[in-house]
Amino acid sequence: MKTILSEAQLALTVKRLAHQILENNLQLTDTVLIGLQPRGIYLSDRIVHELMQLLPPSQIEYGKLDITFYRDDVRKSLHLANETDIPFSIENKKVVLIDDVLYTGRTIRAALDALLAFGRPSKVSLCVLIDRRFSRELPIQPDYAGKAIDTIITQKVKVCWKERDQVDEVVLL
Amino acid sequence: MKLSTKHLLGIKDLNRDDIQLILTTAAQFKEVLQRPVKKVPSLRDVTIVNLFYENSTRTRMSFELAERRLSADTLNFAASSSSAAKGETLLDTVNNILSMKVDLVVMRHSASGAPHFLAQHIPAAIVNAGDGINEHPTQALLDAFSMQEKFGKLEGLKVTIVGDIMHSRVAMSNMYLLQKMGAEVTIAGPPTLIPKYIQEAFNVRVEYNLQKALAWCDVANVLRIQLERQNQPLFSSLREYNLAYGISRSMLESINKEIVIMHPGPINRGVELDSDVADGPHSIILDQVENGVAVRMAVLYLLANRDQ
Repeated sequence: MKTILSEAQLALTVKRLAHQILENNLQLTDTVLIGLQPRGIYLSDRIVHELMQLLPPSQIEYGKLDITFYRDDVRKSLHLANETDIPFSIENKKVVLIDDVLYTGRTIRAALDALLAFGRPSKVSLCVLIDRRFSRELPIQPDYAGKAIDTIITQKVKVCWKERDQVDEVVLL
Repeated sequence: MKLSTKHLLGIKDLNRDDIQLILTTAAQFKEVLQRPVKKVPSLRDVTIVNLFYENSTRTRMSFELAERRLSADTLNFAASSSSAAKGETLLDTVNNILSMKVDLVVMRHSASGAPHFLAQHIPAAIVNAGDGINEHPTQALLDAFSMQEKFGKLEGLKVTIVGDIMHSRVAMSNMYLLQKMGAEVTIAGPPTLIPKYIQEAFNVRVEYNLQKALAWCDVANVLRIQLERQNQPLFSSLREYNLAYGISRSMLESINKEIVIMHPGPINRGVELDSDVADGPHSIILDQVENGVAVRMAVLYLLANRDQ
């Protein structure tokens, strides 16, 4: 087991991602944040929390998206759905999708499909905590990445959050 | 987590976890149905045949819509306009359809047990959309979903089922489901329409006085009088039935309590339910219909997704 991000590093990384998003979308004008269920929500909650320190909360539009019904492997194994809650229109908005780990890209492919059911965004960008480079099965890349790592297929990246795992860290198993 | 059964033949075969899984999944599909694009690609490689040996408007349209919202390919079969009218047996018809590579069969039949018979002879998964006077599981599931949505839970809920219990597959499925989920049930109606054994068989109360039964409950699920299944008169006239067991606004006002009114449709207005009650503020009849699509999507999704 190898630590990729310690608690202190993780906190700084989340702060940096929040600032980068704000840097590219000043005042978050016409910008909405959407976390991917289930595990992306921990990261998106933290990023939104950071943004709240920098902007009035009324300027932040934040939703949650579940992509279960859009997966390309639904028939191979049963996946249970989580809540989707997007209480605003994404029509002509700049959407920042937020997930914890970018690996094969298939989840993001499904998320893009799912997102289009809600309207036509003017732009979609992707923010991830961990980018597992060289593991992609689809041409999808992140716009904001906490940390890029090189891994082999037998390795597993585990992202732990205090809310669920009692500790904040990212480890390689 | 997945369903413990391969088919949905009746609520009788489901356990509590199965029912909860279907209701939870249905809530997610209900959200999907509020989106601008109400369609998901989940079952795009699945073919479903709707086999209706008995008439239906709501159930059939609801299933068809659920299938299309899931992107499944669908085939429709109505007995009246098919070779069944030429004398082809049920098993032959289904085997012919299955040889066209169909994965799921949604079936309604006037003979109780027809889907159970089919389940023993074909490899495809079967969803019972109503068999004779036995069960109508998706109706009970959508009733439960609607009650849960309204009250937040089923446990401890007091439900009165009113009317033609003897001929009602909706009553049967509802009794199984409500008991498994810990709700209390009272059966109300004329003695001729309530089977004698029901009290022991289902551990329900029986109340012949409608007003008392309504005053006791949180929800009244009112059933249709099924004249087509009664081959001998079981009450003297529809007018008399309405006077004794029809729910009117004055009846509801007399119990001095707000109760929710449900009906599986089609309504015989002025028989079991007066119009001002059916269209009244406490009626959730149209919500039931709306929820039906989400519940059927959940059932089809969970049955099609078999771990191979």
